[in-house]
Amino acid sequence: MTLLEVENLWVKFPTRQGTFDAVRGISFSLGRERLGIVGESGSGKSMTGRAILRLIRKPGMVEADRIALEGRNLLDLPERDMRKVRGQDISMVMQDPKFSLNPVMTIGEQLIEAYQLHNKGSRAAARQTAIEMLDAVSIRDHDRVLRAYPHEMSGGMGQRIMIAMMLIPNPKILIADEPTSALDVSVQRQILSIIDDLVRDRGMGLIFISHDLNLVSEFCDRVLIMYAGRIVEVCDAANLHDAKHPYTRGLLNSLPRLDAPRKYLDVLQRDDAWADAPSVDART
Amino acid sequence: MSMLDVEDLNVWFGDGRDRVDAVKSASFTVAAGESFGLVGESGSGKSTILRAITGLARNWSGRISIDGASLSGAKRDRSFYKTVQMVFQDPYASLHPRHTVDQVLGETLHLHGFRDIDARVAKLLDDVGLGNRFRFRYPHQLSGGQRQRVAIARALAGEPDILLLDEPTSALDVSVQAEILNLLTDLRDARQLTFVMVSHDLAVVGHMCDRLAVMKDGEVVEIMGVETLRNHQAIHPYSAALLEASVVG
Repeated sequence: MTLLEVENLWVKFPTRQGTFDAVRGISFSLGRERLGIVGESGSGKSMTGRAILRLIRKPGMVEADRIALEGRNLLDLPERDMRKVRGQDISMVMQDPKFSLNPVMTIGEQLIEAYQLHNKGSRAAARQTAIEMLDAVSIRDHDRVLRAYPHEMSGGMGQRIMIAMMLIPNPKILIADEPTSALDVSVQRQILSIIDDLVRDRGMGLIFISHDLNLVSEFCDRVLIMYAGRIVEVCDAANLHDAKHPYTRGLLNSLPRLDAPRKYLDVLQRDDAWADAPSVDART
Repeated sequence: MSMLDVEDLNVWFGDGRDRVDAVKSASFTVAAGESFGLVGESGSGKSTILRAITGLARNWSGRISIDGASLSGAKRDRSFYKTVQMVFQDPYASLHPRHTVDQVLGETLHLHGFRDIDARVAKLLDDVGLGNRFRFRYPHQLSGGQRQRVAIARALAGEPDILLLDEPTSALDVSVQAEILNLLTDLRDARQLTFVMVSHDLAVVGHMCDRLAVMKDGEVVEIMGVETLRNHQAIHPYSAALLEASVVG
């Protein structure tokens, strides 16, 4: 079943040199699956995630024929209703928990606030839910964590707390924008398996935005590869290593590999034609 | 012959109750022309070792010697900086935002006591693959990879023998990472450099280094050759686990 359908999405920024198109007419759909979006910095992958939630700041502009959440066009919603969609229907986890948590509120207060924004209910119920969510992200010592401030938490803990907070309103879609890039490899695995379990257990749709091809191929079901604001290729994550597009191939070949040592790494030779080719339709 | 000798190195921050032991009796040697990797999670003390060598971390005990000459305290003389230079992780933060590339390199060359600064700036830019047209640009007019090239040029200005590389490519895209790693490979060959490279990316260390030390909680738990890394023959359970977590498949 299709949860989200995006048709002909553009993100534009007016500059002194004319309009800059960060995202140029992409179309894709999301079911109850794990969809990866990969690309280099500047490819428009983060802008795509933010545009879905209408989080592009002015003077940036979002244009699309349709951004439909279960058939409802989000572009027509007034800002009031859009605020309900954010969090309740679609949640977002950003890259660095240090910048996403409020530094002057305890974690408990922030979790309770997140609950009370979306639910009526007593503080005790809110606290109970907060504890359940911390459990869901494998945080065991609730009491200490609820009393703590964000700076007292490590990066991995902070990111788990962010995920716990996003889960409180029980959203249908989770957009994770580089959720593990600021974390160590060993912690990265834990966070990914937590997200994975949650997506599977709750039947959520996941949009996983990353620059890390290996991570995406291992963790997602389907992958969109973005270049210069367009989708250049769509493939099954399991077959990412057999990707056809020269850009995808170039990215894969530029990675150092432990099992295939060589003196020089391949350098990506960019072709202007990639940016001009029409965007691949990634609707299923 | 060993170029860098670290023996029983301890580094700590704060004192009394707030004392944090960042590095605990770490020992390793790096031969001339060798590339040595330091890997571990954040907080394991790998960058702190580089900072102690360069005098940026003041409180340390043990023995550090460069090319046979022992270092002491946090003060380093001019000849040290002509032998050892460091490249930092974040190319956005390590260049002065209001100095042009020319000023950055010119000032560095002046401090190293060179006279023919003009010719040397041109040569340095050439060596790192930037060329003269980047000479009068400000950092904000450069991409991340170009900035890291400037940072590498600055490190090379004093013609050092040892480069300390602190996560030199972790802020860059993979395609740009490949360019920078290739550049470092070329420079190492051309100038017979000795590298000490800190990274959390085992594939990058495996690509660049001959040997590596795995660190955990300030201690070196294992030193291995790159073949051991490639064949997954790490002995210490922590390094085996780290390897397991990093390798995709």
